[in-house]
Amino acid sequence: MNFRKYLVLAGVAIFAATGDAMLSQGMKQTGRISPHHLSTLIAALLNPTVAIGIVLLVGFFATYMNALSWADLTYVLPASSLGYVLLALIAKFVLHEHVSLSRWLGIALISGGVGFVAAGPAATPRKEGGSAESGPDRRAESLSPDCKDRRAASGGWE
Amino acid sequence: MMSPDSISIAYTWASILAVALASVVGDVLLSRAMREVGDVNDLWWRSGTWAVVRRTLGNPNFFAGLLALALSFFSLMFSLSWADVSLVGPAAASLTFIGNAFAAKIFLHEKVDRRRWMAAVLVAAGVALLAG
Repeated sequence: MNFRKYLVLAGVAIFAATGDAMLSQGMKQTGRISPHHLSTLIAALLNPTVAIGIVLLVGFFATYMNALSWADLTYVLPASSLGYVLLALIAKFVLHEHVSLSRWLGIALISGGVGFVAAGPAATPRKEGGSAESGPDRRAESLSPDCKDRRAASGGWE
Repeated sequence: MMSPDSISIAYTWASILAVALASVVGDVLLSRAMREVGDVNDLWWRSGTWAVVRRTLGNPNFFAGLLALALSFFSLMFSLSWADVSLVGPAAASLTFIGNAFAAKIFLHEKVDRRRWMAAVLVAAGVALLAG
C-alpha cells in the first residue's frame, strides 16, 4: 500500500458520500418522477444539483474500479463505507443537524469494521501460473517493457 | 388466501433480497473483471489511458457486472414503491455487505479471515443503525 492507493480509497468514500448526498438533495428539489411523464425525468436530470451528483457518482465508479483492480472486494467495500461516516459528520458539523445516539453507535461500528480490514493485507496473494482468471495480469507482468509497448502499439491486449 | 398486508410484506422483502442479490452479483463480476484487467495504475503508467479504457471495456465480466448493478437499481425502485427508504436502504445495504463476504470467499477465492468477517458484520450493523 502506498500513498496513491490510500488516495484512491479516500476517493471512493468521498465520491460515494457526496454523490449520494447531492442526488438526494436534488431529487428533493425536483419532486417525484412519474413513468407516465418522462418530462419529469428530464427536468430532474437538468437540475444542477442532480447533475453534479451524477458527475460525482461517475467519479465514484472510476475510483471504485481502480481500487478493485489491485485490492480484494472484501477490502474495498468496508473502506468505501467510511463514506457513510463522512456523511454523518458533515450533517453534524457543517449542516448542524441533530445526530442521534444510534447514529453515533453506527459510526463507531463502521469505523471499527474498517479498522479491522485496514490492519490486514489489501489483496489475497495469487498463485503463480494459477487459474485462468489470474492469467492476464500474470502475463502482463512477465512481459518486458519494450514488448509491452509493441503490444500496445499493435492494438492492445486481447 | 393471503391478506393485503402480508402480500405487501412479502413483496417488500422479496424485492430487498433481489436488490442485495443483484448488487452482490454485480460487485463480484466487476471485481473479477478488474482483477483480470490488472492494476490499472501500473497499466496506465506503462501504456496510457487508452489501454486502460480498452482493456476494461473489452472485458465481458465488466458488462455483465454493470447489467447486474442496473438490475439492482430497478429492483430498488420497485422496492421503494412498496416500502419506505428507511427500511429498504439499510436492509439492502446490510445484506449486500454480508452477501459480498460470502460471495468473495466462494467465487473470488479471497482470503476472508476473521478480521474481514468482523469487518463485514460490524459495517453491516453500523450501516443499519446509521440509516435507520
